[in-house]
Amino acid sequence: MSKKTDGNVYTVVFAVGMVLVVGALLAFLASFFKSTIDENKRIEKQQNILYAMGINENGEGDVKFVSKNVVGDLFEKYITQQLVIQGDDVTPNDKAYMINIKKEQALAKEGEKRRFPLFIGKKDEKKFYIAPIRGKGLWDAIWGYIAMDENMVVQGAYFDHKVETAGLGANIKLRFFMDDFKGEHLFKEGEFVGIEVSKSNNDPKNDDKMDNEVDAIAGATITGNGVSAMIKTELRNYVPYFENLKIN
Amino acid sequence: MGLLSKKDTKLITDPFADNNPITIQVLGICSALAITAELKASIVMSISVLFVLGVGNVVISLMRNIIPSKIRIIVQLIVVATLVIIVDLVLKAFAYELSKTLGAFIGLIITNCIIMGRFEAFALGNGPWRSFLDGIGNAVGYGVILIIVGFFRELLGAGTLLGIPVLGDPIEKTGLYAYGYENNGFMIMPPMALILVGLIIWVQRSRNKALIEEH
Repeated sequence: MSKKTDGNVYTVVFAVGMVLVVGALLAFLASFFKSTIDENKRIEKQQNILYAMGINENGEGDVKFVSKNVVGDLFEKYITQQLVIQGDDVTPNDKAYMINIKKEQALAKEGEKRRFPLFIGKKDEKKFYIAPIRGKGLWDAIWGYIAMDENMVVQGAYFDHKVETAGLGANIKLRFFMDDFKGEHLFKEGEFVGIEVSKSNNDPKNDDKMDNEVDAIAGATITGNGVSAMIKTELRNYVPYFENLKIN
Repeated sequence: MGLLSKKDTKLITDPFADNNPITIQVLGICSALAITAELKASIVMSISVLFVLGVGNVVISLMRNIIPSKIRIIVQLIVVATLVIIVDLVLKAFAYELSKTLGAFIGLIITNCIIMGRFEAFALGNGPWRSFLDGIGNAVGYGVILIIVGFFRELLGAGTLLGIPVLGDPIEKTGLYAYGYENNGFMIMPPMALILVGLIIWVQRSRNKALIEEH
């Protein structure tokens, strides 16, 4: 016995109808929520940048950003200047933190001059230079913010990821990993080498801050390598700025 | 029981034990291996699947008489994907922190074979209320196994539960670690999840002989 739902015409009409209904529904919802979602993302960027320079509400071992209500004021208070570095030009720009690093990286691949944002923060008379970084983990993008002093010694780090494995690669955004970067040097004997996420540095407590290495996470080799790689390739671009800083 | 007939109650309780989706139907194994390295992820995944399977089963059941049989799998996929995208959007707008934790699971929910399996095996042939109960029952049965596996993997692999150290500090050598105990690094690797699921199946079948297949 053949049912009316088996016919070819019915099947095609049903498929077209369903695509139209679902497509319209999702498009409507996406545009309806877009402004709220974009605002959440903007707030998160400010929270991340402040986190890297040590302005957060961390407890004993957890990661806690400053709350949504105060982040705008704190960002204005502590981030004294935002710069955009493009080749030899350094220009102040109040919206530098909204620069999309992914797009800039794509531009660079096409041979265009990329813009590098740099945020200068001041807390207790101490200056922080905070740079965004972005790279690849095991499954998808990983990114973060590194706060440095004028000698490019790391003062704080924040890492995040899109879809790294829970319990393994996803642990790059936990305190035990991020805190290890504090005090690490990016230079070795005057040369920029970055920081290696190492499985064999024999320094699990990370007492040695001059070795350009932090202890890796077991089971997260590729994510860890991604962290090393993005620190190296991204922060290298800021070296000329810091060299100029010393001359002036 | 006032609300549920005996038959309906079985829909909820069966997948919980004797017809468990993971240990008996062997569905949803992929996510059981992939995301159980920590307890929190197991719980979050269980709740997400509970929602998607409960609502999805009802939607498919309501549409069951108008879905063309030739393209029913595609229609089922579209229903899951739509539900998941809606959940994702709402979370991103109103619970941004939570949506970041869930990020990794969104894709995994769509491909979870339990969902397609229950749509195909149950919702297409039953009414909405019974389909809803079936979805909830299966999602709970799935979640229980996930949480058991996640519990042991996090406890033995990292010495923590929900991120809180419970066995002492492995670096400072306090608590159990003072007596020479070490975390088992193998526990956080996916193969160990398969072995744990195997152990659960073994325990379950030795307690209920009816589940053992005759050859």
